[in-house]
Amino acid sequence: MSSPTTTAPRPTGPSEPTGDVLLRARGVSLSFGSVRALKDVDLDLRAGEITAIVGDNGAGKSTFVKCVAGVHRPDDGTIELGGDAVSFRDPQEAREAGIETVHQSLALVEDLAVWQNLYLNRELTKGVGPFRVLDRRGMRAGARDMVSGLSVNVPSTTSRVRRLSGGQRQAVAICRAAGFSSRLVIMDEPTAALGVQETERVEALIRRLRDDGRAVLLVSHNFEQVMRLSDQVWVMRSGRCAAGRRTEDTTGEEIVALITGAKSA
Amino acid sequence: MVSATTSTSRDGARRSGPDGADRDGAATPARPRWRERLADPGTWAELAAPVGLVVLVVLFQVLDPTFLTLGNIEAMLAAAAILVVLATGQTFTVATGGIDLAVASTMTFSAVMFGVAFGAGAPVGVCVVVSVVTGLLFGLAQGLVIGYGRITDFIVTIGGLSIASGLALVVSGGQPQSIISTFMLRLSTGGVGVVGYPVLVALVVAAAAHVLLFHTRFGTHVLAAGGSPEAATATGISTRRVKTAVYTLSGTCAGLAGVLLVARIGAAEPAANTQFLLNAVASVVLGGVALMGGRANIAGPLFGALLLTALTNGLTLLGVSQFYQPVAVGSVVVLAAFLSRYQR
Repeated sequence: MSSPTTTAPRPTGPSEPTGDVLLRARGVSLSFGSVRALKDVDLDLRAGEITAIVGDNGAGKSTFVKCVAGVHRPDDGTIELGGDAVSFRDPQEAREAGIETVHQSLALVEDLAVWQNLYLNRELTKGVGPFRVLDRRGMRAGARDMVSGLSVNVPSTTSRVRRLSGGQRQAVAICRAAGFSSRLVIMDEPTAALGVQETERVEALIRRLRDDGRAVLLVSHNFEQVMRLSDQVWVMRSGRCAAGRRTEDTTGEEIVALITGAKSA
Repeated sequence: MVSATTSTSRDGARRSGPDGADRDGAATPARPRWRERLADPGTWAELAAPVGLVVLVVLFQVLDPTFLTLGNIEAMLAAAAILVVLATGQTFTVATGGIDLAVASTMTFSAVMFGVAFGAGAPVGVCVVVSVVTGLLFGLAQGLVIGYGRITDFIVTIGGLSIASGLALVVSGGQPQSIISTFMLRLSTGGVGVVGYPVLVALVVAAAAHVLLFHTRFGTHVLAAGGSPEAATATGISTRRVKTAVYTLSGTCAGLAGVLLVARIGAAEPAANTQFLLNAVASVVLGGVALMGGRANIAGPLFGALLLTALTNGLTLLGVSQFYQPVAVGSVVVLAAFLSRYQR
């Protein structure tokens, strides 16, 4: 295992990043049987920044993200969160450490209300011992605060998710990830299923998360979106982190060349 | 687009019944628009049981004025009590997208175990505990196989149906055990006013179930695990534990129903009791509980059980042959399932 302290961050070009490094991955490797899905991945995520991971299908983006979110455990290497080495046994542990994931499927329960989804498995209760009952009023009020705090366009927190549009659902899922003092929000293809107008709203929401000082990790196939939103781009190719660029110092063409391997870091 | 979505969603929040998404004074402009609500077939699916009950009561009362006499009401409530307890437990398994086809057999097995304890000279209190614990353990076993063995609910509980019926015969040797106990006699005949003790037990069970479903974390997790197992898992809810718990709950209710059954017939019989299974599932469907899971309430199945009881009672009063009763019950259930298509 390489020493995580001595290695400087990868070359980042002339524009220097501003936020503190929140998540530092060094030498992360993972194999599924004989398939080496991740090979010595080194990358950093900074607080107050949107970091994008791009790469072809099968390049290891999702696998890496799942290592961060606690779904997979790396065979080798270290992941540090806020300076402390972490090793999550399951997604719940990652959640408790402040790493929230917005799944592509959104993980919302359609027949429950918005507020119930926002508080799912983190319900507020009142009372003592075995007689604890839900604090429905408190959760509804909290849900309203969460929604208005991010200026999310959701009609009412008492609506069933079933009645929301795709963009509104995405907003609810992001809102849930942003709540509860999360430090890192992982988003997998957040606007893949959305129209132009809804994509704009969701992107504005993602920017607000960044401006609140959270780290956002974006997995996207949409280069225009990556160039529009991100501060830092990491390119993955066949299980390796092939290159890292500050978004403002690169171009879509260069990223594509890095992804295909036409250009090396 | 935005404003349109807003108004429909608010309607949605108001329309939704006593389950999860409910009225919120602060966020929604109050006052339901009744005309709009009545135009929505979803409302009818949710109100199927109470509305159907009222229609039946009026119909039977017109056809036979003895229908609403105090004695007949008492008899109907007493007859409905066991069904209400079974349907309440069943509601939880259906809410997770499952079904407990072994409820009636579990009840029979529990009743037989009551008889075995009674025959061995145990005090009635101990017999009651034996019956309830038998149901609990049988439900727990089913739940563990479903949750941790990852076998379809339907298969496990249809096996459970056979096993529990068989065990009831094995344990009893096929013979009924008559229960002569003043406590059990008082349980079946006594009460507060018109409301017999079995009815009180059923109401307490239903009220506790309502609190459990809508006012505890467990209830929310049941609805989440039924509505979207993926979402439940992603938020750290253990769907296995939820499955285990709901079948344990259903078994416990069946065990309690076994006590009421023994009190009602004055004996512990290893009889099949198939009609209780059909009627328990039927009550839940009539009550507007989604068979796909994720949407449930307790009042609906309660009214469903009352409706089915009123139906059989009324037909008997009118002198309709008993052979037609299963036909009537089956038709009503299919009709209710048809209404529930519009529930979304």
